[in-house]
Amino acid sequence: MVRRRKTLQRLMSRPDADTPSRGVFTRRALVVLGAQMAAFGLLGHRLYGLQVVEGDHFARMAENNRVSRRLIASPRGRVVDRFGIAVASNKVNWRALLLPEETSDIPGTLDRFSALVPIEARDRARIEREIRHKRRFIPVMLHDFLSWDDMARIELNAPSLPGVLIDVGTTRNYPFGPLMAHVVGYVAPPGDKDVAQDQTLALPGMRVGRAGIEQTQDGLLRGQVGAVEVEVNAVGRLMSELSRDEGQPGDEITLTIDSGLQQAVLGRIADQSASAVVMDCRNGEVLAMVSNPSFDPSLFDSGVSQAQWQEWATDPRTPLINKAVAGVYPPGSTFKPAVAMAALKAGTLSPTDRIFCPGYLDVGGTRFHCWSRYGHGALTLKEGLKFSCDVFFYEVARRTGMDAIAAASHSFGLGTNLDIELQHTRAGLIPTPEWRRAHGQHWNGGDTIVSGIGQGFVQVTPLQLATYVSRIASGRAVQPHLVRAISGRQTDGTDGGHWPALDMPEPFLAQLRAGMYAVVNEEHGTAPKAKLDIPGVQMAGKTGSAQVRHVSRALRESGHFDSSSLPWEYRPHALFICFAPYDAPRYAAAVVVEHGNAGAAVAAPLARDIMTDTLTRDPANRKEPPGQVVAEVEDFE
Amino acid sequence: MNFQKRLLRAEPNFRILAKLWQVNWLYVLLICALAMVGYGALYSAAGGSSHPFAGPQTIRFAIGLVMMVCVALMSPRVLTRLAWPLYGLSLVLLVAVLRMGHVGKGAERWLIVGGVQLQPSELAKIALVLVLATWFHRVSYRRMVNPLYLLPPAAMVLLPVGLVLKEPNLGTAVIIGVVGATIFFGAGMRLWQIALLLLPLPFLGKFAYSHLHDYQKARITTFLNPESDPLGAGYNIIQSKIALGSGGMWGQGYLHGTQGQLNFLPEKQTDFIFTMIAEEWGYVGGIAVIGLLMLMVIGGMLIAMRSRNQFGRLLGLGIATNFFLYCAVNLSMVMGTIPVGGVPLPLISYGGSAMLTVMFGFGLLMSAWVHRNDHFGEAGDRS
Repeated sequence: MVRRRKTLQRLMSRPDADTPSRGVFTRRALVVLGAQMAAFGLLGHRLYGLQVVEGDHFARMAENNRVSRRLIASPRGRVVDRFGIAVASNKVNWRALLLPEETSDIPGTLDRFSALVPIEARDRARIEREIRHKRRFIPVMLHDFLSWDDMARIELNAPSLPGVLIDVGTTRNYPFGPLMAHVVGYVAPPGDKDVAQDQTLALPGMRVGRAGIEQTQDGLLRGQVGAVEVEVNAVGRLMSELSRDEGQPGDEITLTIDSGLQQAVLGRIADQSASAVVMDCRNGEVLAMVSNPSFDPSLFDSGVSQAQWQEWATDPRTPLINKAVAGVYPPGSTFKPAVAMAALKAGTLSPTDRIFCPGYLDVGGTRFHCWSRYGHGALTLKEGLKFSCDVFFYEVARRTGMDAIAAASHSFGLGTNLDIELQHTRAGLIPTPEWRRAHGQHWNGGDTIVSGIGQGFVQVTPLQLATYVSRIASGRAVQPHLVRAISGRQTDGTDGGHWPALDMPEPFLAQLRAGMYAVVNEEHGTAPKAKLDIPGVQMAGKTGSAQVRHVSRALRESGHFDSSSLPWEYRPHALFICFAPYDAPRYAAAVVVEHGNAGAAVAAPLARDIMTDTLTRDPANRKEPPGQVVAEVEDFE
Repeated sequence: MNFQKRLLRAEPNFRILAKLWQVNWLYVLLICALAMVGYGALYSAAGGSSHPFAGPQTIRFAIGLVMMVCVALMSPRVLTRLAWPLYGLSLVLLVAVLRMGHVGKGAERWLIVGGVQLQPSELAKIALVLVLATWFHRVSYRRMVNPLYLLPPAAMVLLPVGLVLKEPNLGTAVIIGVVGATIFFGAGMRLWQIALLLLPLPFLGKFAYSHLHDYQKARITTFLNPESDPLGAGYNIIQSKIALGSGGMWGQGYLHGTQGQLNFLPEKQTDFIFTMIAEEWGYVGGIAVIGLLMLMVIGGMLIAMRSRNQFGRLLGLGIATNFFLYCAVNLSMVMGTIPVGGVPLPLISYGGSAMLTVMFGFGLLMSAWVHRNDHFGEAGDRS
């Protein structure tokens, strides 16, 4: 022990110095030093564990800390009509923003700002709330849709408005307003549900299509959201950009609609509660689709007021409903060609057969009246259509049966779901005994009889009527469609050859066309008013007046029945279907005037004018809109 | 050697030169090396600029260096005479800081004297070392068997410990206590005395915990489970570990440590400077810094052992242990091994008061080296 101490002392100190306290100190100091070194050793070991062993784990956490992925909204695609005129576009929206961290006196800045551009009290509360809740370097919107004057005033007073900056965003613009509202639809800010499905919708300025083309083509119009990866610091401030993906702007949708024609059709309808569809009968392009009254689609962008909703919801003329696809009406006499086709195909009627009309038909103890009290005498099919004889078609329907009629109607597109690019469409109904049984009811013979003249349970939409007459005219199973091209790539239906021939012999179709020709152009036809005023061009058509309320036998027999004296909502609907030119069909149209009373008197002249406009403009054969520019639209992009 | 002896016997002016010659310049070089590491780290903490940290810190270091050399030249006799007034002053300041100190993070810690932030607890540590060394210099190893000779120095330790606890600064109080205990140990306290003292410690610990402040308890609980409050009290620990881990073996590169440069790392220029260094230089850099700190401690202890008077030995032991404790507590803290407390990494962290007290301490250490062969007023230990 002594020797060891001496050795240590020789090592650690000068040999001449030796006291008990020094020896004790040296030993104990070495113990302390040893403990200290051990502690450093443990710390080094711990450091190795953190940096090398667990390094990858922490490095990943560091990357999460550092990198923030931010999305950038891409511009929504435009919607244009067939000639490239913008129907829905993006309008520049100048906004004033406030960057809270750049102003020391927020209330003062807001006061000075509102002296230049007034801020409503409600907005002011929102602004102050946002300033409190957001990080200080995130801008808060003070005012949008600034006018040039507003901007000039703000710029001029910039020195007294620290932190106020002017920024440009976009909002959806509908240059045609109500004219195209039912076709184009509208956009609205996304709801919580939308955001839950697609996180990118949370981006400021993102809109979701809520109706019409905006809704059904939402995915294409929206495009691909871009993303930028940025490096952020601990408080979330952007430090540098690591990578950028610009995203894909939305596709431009070219409609089949001719906005000029659309405007002309609406102009002719004026203030009637009506719907009209004009189609290219060779390829199913919808050239005009009007539903009146309408609404202003731009109101939805920022939210619709309660009062406005109330007004729309209580209006009996249903401005929010697109009557062309969602309005269902009994087709009335316009249904007769379909019944005739069913009979011709079933062999229960030949073109030369004659059926005698005494003014009524008795079936199973019930008497069914013709609209002409005194009867039409013996009629061929063509004459039956020309005079629109009810008894003729009662008898044809009786002979043919409802199932065959329904089959032919479905082939024509009536009572079916037409695959058009709109939501909230209705299929209507062609009733069958089976349908009736499914609802626990018995189908009796009378039901078939009244169906023969498009009454009873039969319900169709104006678009179905237009498709129906297009198919009669072209002999092809054309589908109505609204999208002509997507970002310049034409859709399939644009070429007429795309559509298969109907399962109906051409001579039979010719019979129907001849009958409809007679309706308009021959003496004593039901719609002489529909005769075109264009030399060498004839139109073929069929009238329809659909009762919305049962007319009692006593009233009818009294001879004093006049439906025009009824209240508006009980008057019959006025319908007309037509195509032209007769010898080389190109355009087809269907018109339904709600409670218009008589097809011949109200719908037929309307259809004539619409067809005249269509033939004059001839959109199917033009690449550019004719003559006068319809609307010079303010359109930034 | 003869030359030196001649110098020492010569004129007073020459004696100063001779003492300067005696200063352990190798150790000074080591101190400068650490200060250089500190400069580099502070330069990076400012995002690659000597402003606002590295520049001022260098000036403080220069002042500290001059002060260190001045203190190194003071003889032990002077220092023993200075010990009591200095200790008294530190107690007065500790009371003053309790009465009118500035609150920082729930604890009263600093005084502002003439525009300079002063942490009395820092001064108290040095003063305690000095006063204990003075006491045990006069009380011989033999006499220490009598516990009565241990009571006054025990009071000298407990007084500042109690005042600092009241601030309340648990970390510094523990450091002061451990430094005091180490000097007791080095001075030759008998092992049975130590054992007798350690016996009631567990009960004392329990009593102490019940008297901890909420924020101190929070530190202990968040330390035990930092993820329980990732954005609150646990944030510092988690972020420090993330930054260390992202450094890996070789580091992210100087000025390229993402966590430090992007401010995820809290207090990176002060308490968490080591994290920043280890993020940018990796495990290799971290170990290099720990190696330098170890050399500093070893050097200090060797200087203490070389002294031929008890005062110098205990002074060296106290200063070296104090330095070691600073380093160990700071490193454990940034590695999430002990609860966070405001203990800087000496010579590297940004901060004036810590830098000056550390340099003052090294001045004392250097004085022990320069005067290692002096004999003065030692109690009759010779036999």
